[in-house]
Amino acid sequence: MRIELVKRPQRSALFGAISPLIALALTIVAGAVLFSLLGKNPGTALYYYFIDPLRETWSLHELAIKAAPLILIAVGLSICYLSNNWNIGAEGQFILGAIAGSILPVMFPQFQNAFVLPLMLLMGIIGGAAYAAIPALLKARFNTNEILTSLMLVYVAQLFLDWLVRGPWRNPEGFNFPETRTFHQFAVLPEILPASGRANLGFVFAILAAIAVWFMLTRTLKGFEVKVIGQSPRAGRFAGFSQSRMIFFAFLLSGALAGLAGISEVSGAIGQLRPTISPGYGFTAIIVAFLGRLNPLGIVAAGLILALTYLGGEAAQISVGLSDKVVRAFQGMILFFVLACDTLILYRIRIVRPQAAAAGEAAHV
Amino acid sequence: MFEDILITIATAATPLLIAAIGELVVERSGVLNLGVEGMMIMGAVTGFGVAWTTGSPWLGVFAAIAVGILFSLLFGFLTLTLVTNQVATGLALTLLGLGLSGMIGENFVGLPGVKLTAIYIPVLTDIPYVGRLFFGQDPLFYVSVALVAAVSYFLFYSKAGLTLRSVGDNHGSAHALGIKVIAIRYLAVMFGGACAGLAGAYLSLVYVPQWVENMSAGRGWIALALVVFASWRPWRVLTGAYLFGAVSIGQLHAQALGIGVPSQLLSSLPYLATVVVLVLISRNKRLTLVNTPASLGQPFVPDR
Repeated sequence: MRIELVKRPQRSALFGAISPLIALALTIVAGAVLFSLLGKNPGTALYYYFIDPLRETWSLHELAIKAAPLILIAVGLSICYLSNNWNIGAEGQFILGAIAGSILPVMFPQFQNAFVLPLMLLMGIIGGAAYAAIPALLKARFNTNEILTSLMLVYVAQLFLDWLVRGPWRNPEGFNFPETRTFHQFAVLPEILPASGRANLGFVFAILAAIAVWFMLTRTLKGFEVKVIGQSPRAGRFAGFSQSRMIFFAFLLSGALAGLAGISEVSGAIGQLRPTISPGYGFTAIIVAFLGRLNPLGIVAAGLILALTYLGGEAAQISVGLSDKVVRAFQGMILFFVLACDTLILYRIRIVRPQAAAAGEAAHV
Repeated sequence: MFEDILITIATAATPLLIAAIGELVVERSGVLNLGVEGMMIMGAVTGFGVAWTTGSPWLGVFAAIAVGILFSLLFGFLTLTLVTNQVATGLALTLLGLGLSGMIGENFVGLPGVKLTAIYIPVLTDIPYVGRLFFGQDPLFYVSVALVAAVSYFLFYSKAGLTLRSVGDNHGSAHALGIKVIAIRYLAVMFGGACAGLAGAYLSLVYVPQWVENMSAGRGWIALALVVFASWRPWRVLTGAYLFGAVSIGQLHAQALGIGVPSQLLSSLPYLATVVVLVLISRNKRLTLVNTPASLGQPFVPDR
């Protein structure tokens, strides 16, 4: 038995729409198998993963909190991946955005007025973009592989944050805990509906960013340029689009959004800097970007689903005693199924049995 | 003292070398597998788990190799049979490996490890200054050096190696000549998986002898960078791996001495060194262009 791919004359619109759904269905099946292997009732485990977190209002707020950074980062990454720039260091850009944005409340805590928060957000954006500029510059100037440089910079960013919160930025009144002072009231991102839960403006930023980038991609020349350069650099050159300008555009935009996600997370959900401020949002966002088929509006849906796995992981840990480590394995599986199902958009899959193949070849002779 | 330092450098370099030499063969066949980190960490957790359960480190080593191959087949099925994007699939493999290994290894945290013991040859090992360096290290050290020699011979002095390189340089022509492109790439990918699994076993059975979550700490990625650094030449991978080994051991010694530099800065040196080295290599356009397998990362669907 052999699997053969037959190229479709054109992209299948049907599979373009349903391939992420098939992938999710397959993930759920695989998840059920995984849970039973771990000795849990798959039905109960899946319930806690995907249904339980949606049943209460406060929990929906938590969902928005987790989804915000994922969507913000993934929207930026979609521009990168569409234009063939493999930025996989969003985790580092997230951290640098958080650090740059925290300069005001940590180093100048006496500076308290309404300008603090906008300045923090701006500095976060600049911090993330500046950190993303490093792999962009190295790629544009020296043709250095951006995958490896952007990833290496994640480790450097994590160590830099660790040094800051244990060293110069440690809270002087913090009993030697490795964390900065907690942000004052003017440095905290406001909540959307304080009466019902903790969700903050970060989610609003995420939705606005998704809509803005969607508009750019589908309605402007810049968006066209992104896609042309991504699909055919040669055609892009003929059209007069600059490859190296696109490298900077994609990296700076995704770095800026990752930085905004970083400072929003720190000033919204956490309220101070700690050695670890992200459960791997920058990497999970890669999964979100692909599950959303690199379409900003699809990414909003995908971000909510991946955020649900984080919450579900917590719920399942408390209720059925499933380890929180299962979440990351689960997320990894989603990406595999998404990539495999995307094949269906461009190809038809034919399973060839040996006898049939032999007969077919004989017929050709 | 001097010999001790050289031996620790060899211990730090060996996992990088094994993983990189495997990936070199994969890339020479025209496939870019970014999942080295994921296969490596799966090898580490499997190697540790099997060695701890059975008490035999060798069984751990073989199990790690098997899991490395299994994981690479997953990558191969997607990228070669289903023609998915190699970069994205490699990333998926890494994310899955890191997640799964954390889950599997949860019960192994803090357990005492089983160490693969160093060899001892009477007389030879006892030679002063160089005896232990050349004749008294762990068995996998010798495997790693032998692998470099074997891969170098295979690629440049054997017909099969020439075939593999032709597939990596121009899969269309290779296919037209009747070479089974996909089959050769599957074999190369499996070899890469076996090496990455072995490198992982080295981490959890020799380097640390313990299981720590995320213990590969980016070594799979550094191995990928080493392949670029070596411009796809086996003996240069050896040089590169030992340079990186020296950097990481050097920074550990500097931390122990307590010189007035933050330990985090020293810990970030191997990563920064990787970036610097990549820049230096890629600046030289001719060197990269001549040696990069021309079909690297390109999808291939045979037309019938």
